[in-house]
Amino acid sequence: MIQGIYDFIKGIFAPLGDYLIGSFVPVGSSFAGDIDALIALVAVFVGFWALLAYAAFFFLIFRFRERDGQRAQYVTGEEKDLKRWITYPHAAIILCDVVIVFMAIMVWYDIKQRLPEADSTVRIVSQQWAWNFVHPGPDNELDTEDDINTFNEMHVQEGTTYHYELLSKDVLHDFSVPVFRLKQDAIPGRVMKGWFKPTQAGEYDIQCAEMCGIGHGIMGARIIVETPEEHAAWMSQGSAGKLASR
Amino acid sequence: MAEAGTADTHGADAHDAAHGHHAQSFLSKYIFSTDHKMIAMQYMFTGIVMALIGGYMSYAFRMQLAFPGESVPGYGVVSQGEYNSLVTNHGTIMIFWVAMPMLIAAFGNYLIPLMIGADDMVFPRINRLSYQIFLISAIILVVSFFVPGGGFGGAWTAYPPLSASAEYNLTPLGATFWLVAVALEFVAFLLGGINFITTLMNARAPGMKMHDIPMVLWMIVIASILFMASVGPLIAGAVMLFMDQVVGTGYFDPDRGGDPILWQHLFWFFGHPEVYVVLLPAMGIVAEIICTFARKKLFNYKLILYTAFATGIISFFVWAHHQFVAGIDPRMANVFTITTLIISVPIAEMLFLYIATLYGGSIRLTTPMLWALSFIAEFLIGGITGIFLGASGSDIYFHDTYFVLAHFHYTFFPIAIIGFFAGITYWFPKMFGRMMDEKLGKIHFWGTIIAFNFIFIPLFILGAAGQHRRIYNFQNFPDLAGMQDLRVIATSALLVMLVFQVIFLFNFAYSLFKGKPAGKNPWKANTLEWTADSPPPHGNWPELPNCYRGPYEYSVPGREDDYWPQDVPPDTAPAE
Repeated sequence: MIQGIYDFIKGIFAPLGDYLIGSFVPVGSSFAGDIDALIALVAVFVGFWALLAYAAFFFLIFRFRERDGQRAQYVTGEEKDLKRWITYPHAAIILCDVVIVFMAIMVWYDIKQRLPEADSTVRIVSQQWAWNFVHPGPDNELDTEDDINTFNEMHVQEGTTYHYELLSKDVLHDFSVPVFRLKQDAIPGRVMKGWFKPTQAGEYDIQCAEMCGIGHGIMGARIIVETPEEHAAWMSQGSAGKLASR
Repeated sequence: MAEAGTADTHGADAHDAAHGHHAQSFLSKYIFSTDHKMIAMQYMFTGIVMALIGGYMSYAFRMQLAFPGESVPGYGVVSQGEYNSLVTNHGTIMIFWVAMPMLIAAFGNYLIPLMIGADDMVFPRINRLSYQIFLISAIILVVSFFVPGGGFGGAWTAYPPLSASAEYNLTPLGATFWLVAVALEFVAFLLGGINFITTLMNARAPGMKMHDIPMVLWMIVIASILFMASVGPLIAGAVMLFMDQVVGTGYFDPDRGGDPILWQHLFWFFGHPEVYVVLLPAMGIVAEIICTFARKKLFNYKLILYTAFATGIISFFVWAHHQFVAGIDPRMANVFTITTLIISVPIAEMLFLYIATLYGGSIRLTTPMLWALSFIAEFLIGGITGIFLGASGSDIYFHDTYFVLAHFHYTFFPIAIIGFFAGITYWFPKMFGRMMDEKLGKIHFWGTIIAFNFIFIPLFILGAAGQHRRIYNFQNFPDLAGMQDLRVIATSALLVMLVFQVIFLFNFAYSLFKGKPAGKNPWKANTLEWTADSPPPHGNWPELPNCYRGPYEYSVPGREDDYWPQDVPPDTAPAE
């Protein structure tokens, strides 16, 4: 029921979200469209209020500008028939807030609070000022011999649900992939867990989104989302290279 | 400038003598004065100087973003470390050394005694001490740029472990100087706030009831209360961070059982109410100006007051919306989304009430009125874009992007800059006894406002495209390297805006000496400060005024004048 209401409202705003954000940044993960739809919903709601407020604002300035021989009216604002110009919008804003809160929490719950079953797990280790990625390799398990370590380059497979373990060696960093609409701080001494599911093959930016010192401005990396075939090829190459170097 | 500012107070000397004062030496008059008006001037001119420094910093780093790697005229090549310390200190200065001294300290000190009909603050010496500590803090901050290692570059939020350890931030002295400066600034404003609250509560003119207090004073006092109630945890945090930096404790060091997230809570528990600490005084200034130039009573005074209190109280329960993706328990995000959206209700209502005040008015578009109206228009954008960030789901994407940056500049620019210009153009005649030039004032207004929007609207778009903050060269990120045009537009608009400030400075200096004499009440306003001489002498009035009515009795039917000053005794026949 709740999910149904959510899906219904999301359906209304999804096309606009696709236009507002999707036209700047590809929609690259399973939940990116949800966030875009939420942004569109908020934009429509607050845009409505802003337009209304601006219309009233400029109308009043124009209508009640100084005129010769015309005095201002004496209005205290406590008259009942005038006060409702404030109380009705007040109630309507609360209603809008309720809808926004509901949608925001649904989106948040899906992305950050629940952890769906994963097909694979990657480890992301941040440090001043670079990203280290540990891919599980052909056996799909971390901390085994065939793990593939990469530096400032992350390889994932389209359509696969990943868990990530996000660590930091020194200060706060933030793993941000704009195409996924994903962002999570890395905290030294903790393992932050979360998930994502890439949906669109391609090569995209990873940015550090938390001030982390002098090199913060160069702490970027690339995430390479591959089709299953490409990913398999990369994996065999990667693990082969690793064995060869041993 | 401070000398010039009171060039006209010779008349005051005679008056001082009447009060039993001796002729004052230069030092005791301008530097060690306990006169609330002089302290207000000190705060204001220090604030203007710091604003110029902060503006210069924004010039340097915006030029770097528009033309990466090229030498910036008047600065030189901006290195990565310098870029970080420029953005860090731009933020710190603009909030703690510009918004707070100009809005709360300058206008608070100047207006509170004059608007309540008192001869000075209740604690003039604490007031003087407050400014002296503030000045020291400003000097320490400016010095922090020139110490070995350079200025602190860990963002104005100073998250540890980066800020706690020189090993990570590489600015061993800069970080500590920065922290000490900020902590001292808090001390200065605590002292000032105690004074504001005590004075408003205890020194009002006979007859001035709670609901006869001009709105700007309520706002400044509510802001002072918020500041006092929220700053304690951050001062504690600052002491802990200082110990981490200097003594080598590990409060925020996870390797030794500390927790870096703790700082974020302490910082934002203060940091969010701080937004309202500077917002409310600006809203107050706007209220005074709108009433005067619309010749209207404030629309539902009590409701505005209650929304201000409500905003203040709720602002203590929203801090973690800055930390949605910082690694707090994800369930907490739901709680803070709800509280954050609740705070939109009183603030929206307050703005509606201001707009409603225009209804039925007789609006004069003078320079102060233009500033006051533009405050509403621009702050509205700042307010509505906050909803995107307060809603946890969309904040995942917008957090720490230029969208956030554009959002809070649409709140802080109206607050600190528009609020200040509104206030100074309105009270300039009272402060210096002369009118500012209206034509120059309007040129300055339009140049500033239009340029301002051209700076930050492109930044909203960049933020929506996923561009993150505090990155010194976007050419390092293939997905962001395009869109350079938008960055150039923003920087060009900034240059235009900075150039227009020259007009203001010229107008200010020119009007100080050559402006038309203002007289006591050039705007025909009601509040008590307009019954004193312009500029008011030491002691403000020969005889302190009484108060007979509320501050906004404009256009009262049946009266010849469209204003009715607070100190005019009621007509002999009871008015009805």
